Amino acid sequence: MIRVELAKLVRRPRSWMSILLLCGLPVLVAVFVAVTHLAPPPGQGPALLSAVLSSGQLYPAAALAIVLPIFLPVAVAVVAGDSIAGEAGAGTLRYLLARPVGRTRLLVAKLITLIAYTLAAVVLVTVTAYITGVVLFGAKPVAATSGGPTTSNIISGAAATTLSGTAMTPFDIALRTLGAVSFIAVSMLGVAAIALFLSTITDSALGAALGALAALITSEVLVTLNAASVINPYLPTRYWLAWIDFFRDPVVWRNIERGYAVQLVYVLVFLGAAWAHFATKDVTS
Amino acid sequence: MIVTEGLTKRYGHLLVVDQVDLEVREGDRYGFLGPNGSGKTTVIRMLLGLVYATSGSITLLGKPVPKHVGDVLPSVGALVEGPSSYGHLSGRANLALMDAAGGSRGPGGPGGPGGPGGGRRTRRRRIEDTLERVGLGGIDNRPVKRYSLGMRQRLGLAAALLRAPRLLILDEPTNGLDPQGIREIRDLLVELNEAGTTVFLSSHQLGEIEQLCTRVGIVDAGRLVRQEDLETLRAPTGRSVVHTPDADRALELLDGRVEQRDAGRLLVAGADTAALNAQLVAGGVRVTGITAERRTLEDVVLSVTSSGSDRVQRADGERS
Repeated sequence: MIRVELAKLVRRPRSWMSILLLCGLPVLVAVFVAVTHLAPPPGQGPALLSAVLSSGQLYPAAALAIVLPIFLPVAVAVVAGDSIAGEAGAGTLRYLLARPVGRTRLLVAKLITLIAYTLAAVVLVTVTAYITGVVLFGAKPVAATSGGPTTSNIISGAAATTLSGTAMTPFDIALRTLGAVSFIAVSMLGVAAIALFLSTITDSALGAALGALAALITSEVLVTLNAASVINPYLPTRYWLAWIDFFRDPVVWRNIERGYAVQLVYVLVFLGAAWAHFATKDVTS
Repeated sequence: MIVTEGLTKRYGHLLVVDQVDLEVREGDRYGFLGPNGSGKTTVIRMLLGLVYATSGSITLLGKPVPKHVGDVLPSVGALVEGPSSYGHLSGRANLALMDAAGGSRGPGGPGGPGGPGGGRRTRRRRIEDTLERVGLGGIDNRPVKRYSLGMRQRLGLAAALLRAPRLLILDEPTNGLDPQGIREIRDLLVELNEAGTTVFLSSHQLGEIEQLCTRVGIVDAGRLVRQEDLETLRAPTGRSVVHTPDADRALELLDGRVEQRDAGRLLVAGADTAALNAQLVAGGVRVTGITAERRTLEDVVLSVTSSGSDRVQRADGERS
């Protein structure tokens, strides 16, 4: 069943279109930055983008920062929201279940497909960004300057530096990027779990995707609200940006660990709810 | 093959299926009749484990459902509320996906009895055979979204037949087909039935059931109001239908036995057509046709569904 679901994902044009768009945005940004040599000053714009002029190898991290706030969650929510509700809407859910495919088995296959999609999206963004970065900004640690007056510790040295100003070897960058990729993938899995749960509730794929996005936006709003500080540490998007800490020296683990923990709880709770609901619901689509 | 006892489904306060006791025997061609919204589809969904019954029990192929639904469904082919497929894929790709979704081995496990089901190795051949069977043998690789309604219906039927099931559960199988197609599918179902497949199909087209089925169950407002062999249902009414150009003379001659006259068609009390014919001819009445009247399925359905449903009550009002 897992193979069937993966085949469906791969043969669906939408899967590739969404990943193509995800990969395209960082490339577009890179082209502009490379042509103009105008990176946003540190602390403004997407994280790490200011640093890429010093080394193209940092660009994957910058690219993830570009797609993370909106595009990546949208893509994941759309695919996850479609998983059960899409089959229900197309009328194929009843035929799958009557084939028979066990409900739990179907849900597990959908989940594994979602993990595959999320990983593929994050990894492909990273890979295209790496290639783009190396081609446009060079692979070697270069003594680039931003040309601007901002004398920041980021662009001070002759090598790519961490946010803390220490130099990074290419291997170091790769390792930190890997950490960031895994953290972002897990964060997206939290989004996927919420959307998958909603997908078992409604027969509208769009509704499930929008519902998940609404939850994320609510979370984003509450994160910035001091009055909501009581629930702040438990919000799904609270630690989304903690992966930047992989690029500090030494790596600041506190928020990274909390981020993993929060996402894990969301994944478990919503998958459990999705299973409990889907296994017992009347399929009338 | 299918036995339900006291099968009941309630959605909140709405009673959709009420104490249905179905009995479909092996080798039956069972017609499941009822007006739209009478609960036919809900019963079928419960049989397939899609909808859970509020109370009552279902036994499918000798096993309780939904508890053992995974064991019996590989031997069941189903078409529920119209065919559905992945529109961006071809018919063949759809069948292959559905077949793969059901697992790569049939019931009975690997090395089990050859019977129903099928493995991955035979998939391509089974798909081609089944497409041929439903009249799509020459189909190209266009995506299903460009199929006509009738082609989709045939593809849905192919999906149901893919694993040579022992029991076919078909909801409105001839929807969207032209008369030629309806006839083809009817012939196919009879052929499959004669080869040992039990066929359970729902329809609100009485003519279709009358021509195809050996046994019927009639539901009305969620209740099974009648379940009988078609032959029994269509029992003689004890009257004869006479067609004659000399209706006036016949009326005189039969004096009071004519219950109804409709131009040259007379409805005469008494089912002995031979004696009646002799009497008419002896009296100089030319007879162009004479048959014992049987109840039509329509008569039966209208008579048993007259209680409860608003739609039928209004029809009664018009007649009186």
